[in-house]
Amino acid sequence: MKNTVTINEKDLIAREKLNNPSFAKTIWREIIHDKMAIISLILLIIILATAYLSPLFIDQVALKRVNFLNTWKAPSAANWLGTDDGGRDVFGQLMIGARNSFTIGIAVTLIAGVVGLSYGLISGFYGGHVDNVMMRFLEFMMVLPTTMFIIVLVTIIPNYNVVSFILILSIFAWLGKARLIRSRALQERELDYINASKTLGTPSWKIMFFEMFPNLSSLVIVNMTLTLAGNIGIETGLTFLGYGLPAGTPSLGTLVAFARNPDIVQNKWWVWLPAALLILVMMLCINYVGQAIKRASDARQRLA
Amino acid sequence: MLKFILRRTLIMIPQLILLSLVIFVLAKAMPGDAVTGAFMGNPDATPEQIEKIREKFGLNDPWYVQYGRWIGKAVKGDFGQSYTHQQPVTTLIAGRVENTVLLSLFTAIMIYLIAIPLGIVAGRWTDSWADKLIVTYNYVAFATPLFVFALLMLFIFAFLLGWFPYGGSVDIRIESGTWDYVVSRAKHLFLPVMSAAIIGTVGTIQYLRNDIIDQKNKDYVKTARSKGVPEGRVYTRHILRNSLLPIAAFLGYEITGLISGSVFIETIFSYQGLGQLFIQSIGLRDFTVVTALVLISGTAVVVGTMLSDIILSIVDPRIRIE
Repeated sequence: MKNTVTINEKDLIAREKLNNPSFAKTIWREIIHDKMAIISLILLIIILATAYLSPLFIDQVALKRVNFLNTWKAPSAANWLGTDDGGRDVFGQLMIGARNSFTIGIAVTLIAGVVGLSYGLISGFYGGHVDNVMMRFLEFMMVLPTTMFIIVLVTIIPNYNVVSFILILSIFAWLGKARLIRSRALQERELDYINASKTLGTPSWKIMFFEMFPNLSSLVIVNMTLTLAGNIGIETGLTFLGYGLPAGTPSLGTLVAFARNPDIVQNKWWVWLPAALLILVMMLCINYVGQAIKRASDARQRLA
Repeated sequence: MLKFILRRTLIMIPQLILLSLVIFVLAKAMPGDAVTGAFMGNPDATPEQIEKIREKFGLNDPWYVQYGRWIGKAVKGDFGQSYTHQQPVTTLIAGRVENTVLLSLFTAIMIYLIAIPLGIVAGRWTDSWADKLIVTYNYVAFATPLFVFALLMLFIFAFLLGWFPYGGSVDIRIESGTWDYVVSRAKHLFLPVMSAAIIGTVGTIQYLRNDIIDQKNKDYVKTARSKGVPEGRVYTRHILRNSLLPIAAFLGYEITGLISGSVFIETIFSYQGLGQLFIQSIGLRDFTVVTALVLISGTAVVVGTMLSDIILSIVDPRIRIE
């Protein structure tokens, strides 16, 4: 046999991989092809870079210092966005607030992601009675009036601080995700690869987290980007009502909360309006990027 | 059918019991009880006197006895005494409930008035400029937090343009019962209702649009077309009949959103309803009022969800749980 062609298996796999772009690559291509998504991404990077790098050029101690000679100053060259009731620079607080709000949004999203994913996987993988009990509990959690419960918990918890606030928000943030993952896991567990793995005696936790999970990962990533915006909205909303971040940790909601006084809404707009608009812009940007990622995860919807 | 309704109603009972238990635990964790209320402003009370009062109020009983007494009274509509307002919680809530019900009712009506025509247009003329506009509006409304939008509405329409009052539920100088009273009431309702409704349309528009797009190519629609039904009638008579029914059933699910929305909307527009009462009471640490409000809202959500489930199952027999 002269014509035998030797095939290098590794080479073949590598070539296959090149033809089959990774999820990250697909997302990137999807974003590039959507004008709104690329603008949103750039805008978001600029906002976050400014916010996270702001401690380098903003004196945080000076930012907290109260100066009664300088209260309620309109925007000027020295204070780009004016000053608040304590004569503190609004622009500096806006940057610190954006940083805190975003960090908390990320933390809540990650915790909710891990809890929701585990809960959904376990419930969907085992099915039957386990699924039944876990779903009844989830249904119960979902009918609770969330906003009221969070506010009550925030008021009655002793030694309330940022960490407890993140945990309280997370209690109610994982519910939708768990239900979504569970319904996909239920479909997934009927597939051959799971059955094959079960027959071979792979432990259940290994099947769930190392075999099932990779197939659901794009779903999780999409859901987390979309809920990130929602979580930032909830955090700033609660802080706006006065039941969010503890005093001393400014959030975008803290600045918007000034608007609960009619005089400030009308005459001192520079204190609250920029923060409100910044929340709006951040939400829109995250959502546009999230929608692009969502399209990337579903081949039928792709634009690129 | 009857079996499903019975089943769904039975699921509600453990939910309500669990809900009341959770709220009872929270209420116990809140600082202060009936005794704190009775002794407010009386620092001379001796420990013996306090102990006597505690015994009288049954605060030394085991928790299940206390829970039974509390829930028994709550079912009869007795939520105890508010110590900051010095009147029964039930009276306090009764005075506010009308405002919140009005606000929620008009918001729900407004949501349907906006969402149904937009959803139909977007679904019928997919990819037209109108559809693109509606989808963009839906994106933006989905992303915008309610409180930010309500504040911007307040700032633009009440302060900058001055078209609407910026707070309250009615002009206090106007006598109740007159035409002017109704007009003033409507003016005070307009901004809060519109703010909540414009943001609240998201789910309905999206559902309606997707459903119409799905229905468009179904066999029954093709049959209707091929037997010569005019295009307009295909939509009004054939497709809408299928697509609109579930939308009506969603009303029960909307209650959750309306309740949490009312907390923000009523605070921003200083509208005297239950949401504002909740925020005021929690600020004043008036926990009997807080407990009652959480229990009432929780029950409303549980019952609303049950009603929606039942109506949906009547409309669409496929989703009945076995």
